[in-house]
Amino acid sequence: MDILVCLKRVPLAGGTLILTPDSRDIETKHLGFGISPHEENAVEAGVQLVEQMGGTLTLLTLGPSDAEEQLRSQLAIGATRAVLIETDGQEWDPQGTAAALVDAINSEETKFDLIIFGAESADSAGYQIHIRVAHALNRPIVTNVKAMKVENGVVSCERVVATGREHYEAPMPAIVTVRDGLNIPRYPSVPGRMQARKKIVDMKKAEPRVPKLEKVTLALAPSKDKGAEILGKGVDAVPALVEVLKQIGAL
Amino acid sequence: MILVLIDHDQSEIDPLSLRALTAARKLGHEIEAVAIGSDGAQLAAIVGEYGATKLHVAAHDAITDYTPMASGRALKDLVDKFKPVAVLAAGSPRGNEQLAHLAAFLDIPMAAECSEITLGSPHHVLRARWAGNLIESAHVHSELLVATLLSFSVEAESANSGVAIVLTFEPALEPADSIVKVLSRDSGQSKAGLTLSDAKVIVSGGRGVGGPDGFGNLEELADLLGGTVGCSRVVTSSGWRPHAEQVGQTGTKVAPDLYIAAGISGAMQHIAGMKNSKTIVVINTDPEAPILRYADYAIIGDLHQVIPALTSAIRQAKG
Repeated sequence: MDILVCLKRVPLAGGTLILTPDSRDIETKHLGFGISPHEENAVEAGVQLVEQMGGTLTLLTLGPSDAEEQLRSQLAIGATRAVLIETDGQEWDPQGTAAALVDAINSEETKFDLIIFGAESADSAGYQIHIRVAHALNRPIVTNVKAMKVENGVVSCERVVATGREHYEAPMPAIVTVRDGLNIPRYPSVPGRMQARKKIVDMKKAEPRVPKLEKVTLALAPSKDKGAEILGKGVDAVPALVEVLKQIGAL
Repeated sequence: MILVLIDHDQSEIDPLSLRALTAARKLGHEIEAVAIGSDGAQLAAIVGEYGATKLHVAAHDAITDYTPMASGRALKDLVDKFKPVAVLAAGSPRGNEQLAHLAAFLDIPMAAECSEITLGSPHHVLRARWAGNLIESAHVHSELLVATLLSFSVEAESANSGVAIVLTFEPALEPADSIVKVLSRDSGQSKAGLTLSDAKVIVSGGRGVGGPDGFGNLEELADLLGGTVGCSRVVTSSGWRPHAEQVGQTGTKVAPDLYIAAGISGAMQHIAGMKNSKTIVVINTDPEAPILRYADYAIIGDLHQVIPALTSAIRQAKG
């Protein structure tokens, strides 16, 4: 079976974010880059399926040419090849991004049986690109998947909700978005890294569209240090906490 | 008129939908609610109380449980017929998903997780990014605004209004709309039958708990407080606790009355899932742990000693 995983290059921000002087982006001068957490699970799922069933795993991203770094590191996990839709480095809005992904997918010779996305990007969290792609390709989509099995041309999925687990099925070709917890992503092996250098990354260009969801500026969320009242150290502080719990009506 | 999608599970309303209704009321338009599935009609009293004058109920044989694409189609039918100025929903996984289907059907933009909305031309929104650490100011260029609300930022407030008028309609579903739906469910409820989203008290553990066995003490304390156990991402990825208990951006977002964070340092993505809790108590050996900035009260100490001592002190206090 042939699988496509869509990825996004995102800065690896630690505890603190800093903005660029024009307040339109995160200052990334001193940051490394990676992919969104759920996407590591997406690649792992793709690699496992190809190991079990044979076929190919293609990676697709839209971003600056530097995103090749993220594609190579995921090729090292076991993907077959990758496609990079090169942008001008600006952030594209969800509709523009989805349209460019759809064009790239349609221009591929391979008709992918399964397309996998991470459930949400770490940075923009728009919650929609995967659904727009599903509509444009006329494919069923199951989102937020935490367990997945492919059998007889059907992908059956579990989604974890507050009340337990929900079961879904979709006939392939299908699209799924996966969440952290689906599997444990492996680390690239040394031979994997060597092979990744030789694997093909196809570079494509796409013209940006006028954004309909137009970012004006970014601001840091007010970081309100609530000024925690330190009740004390160790077990000696327990009586004070019991008093607090009484005051707030928890007891 | 503004349409608000009310999410429900077999007529059990998602409380976040009431927060969404409350936020929608502030935009100065008449509010009408939509529930998907014929059992949604049972929500007429509650959505009425929170300010909706009408409740549109999408009833169709193919909608027997959550069917996200069909929800998008039903919303599209209402948009075509009633021309609302905005369609809103809670910024929950389901709210985001169903409105994304609507936006995809209409090929118009959608703004997710908005904390502020100003209707106009273009519409202006503030929306949360980076697990709530960044606020994006954005213009939405489309006549109809499709947006989900950062629901924990608003408390649900009753409008003290009467029962909504129920208007049932049959959406014009295409066969493809109902392929993906909930086929069956397993209950994953905790011992007390409480889920993270409902619990008034959550006792949450992180790396500092040290392993699966350490959670016994947390469970005991949670039971005593009438609450349930939560945990951080490292705990579920280490396999110490089930994923359903994970609190955070990649798990469940919660806002209980009391959140006790034991042995949790406070990664950005965990904070995003619990910072709206009413009272936050931190138990941590590290006085510099980032989570302290979000805490109301803290004990600097080892949770393995503090939690059992707290449990026995509460037993005594309760007599």
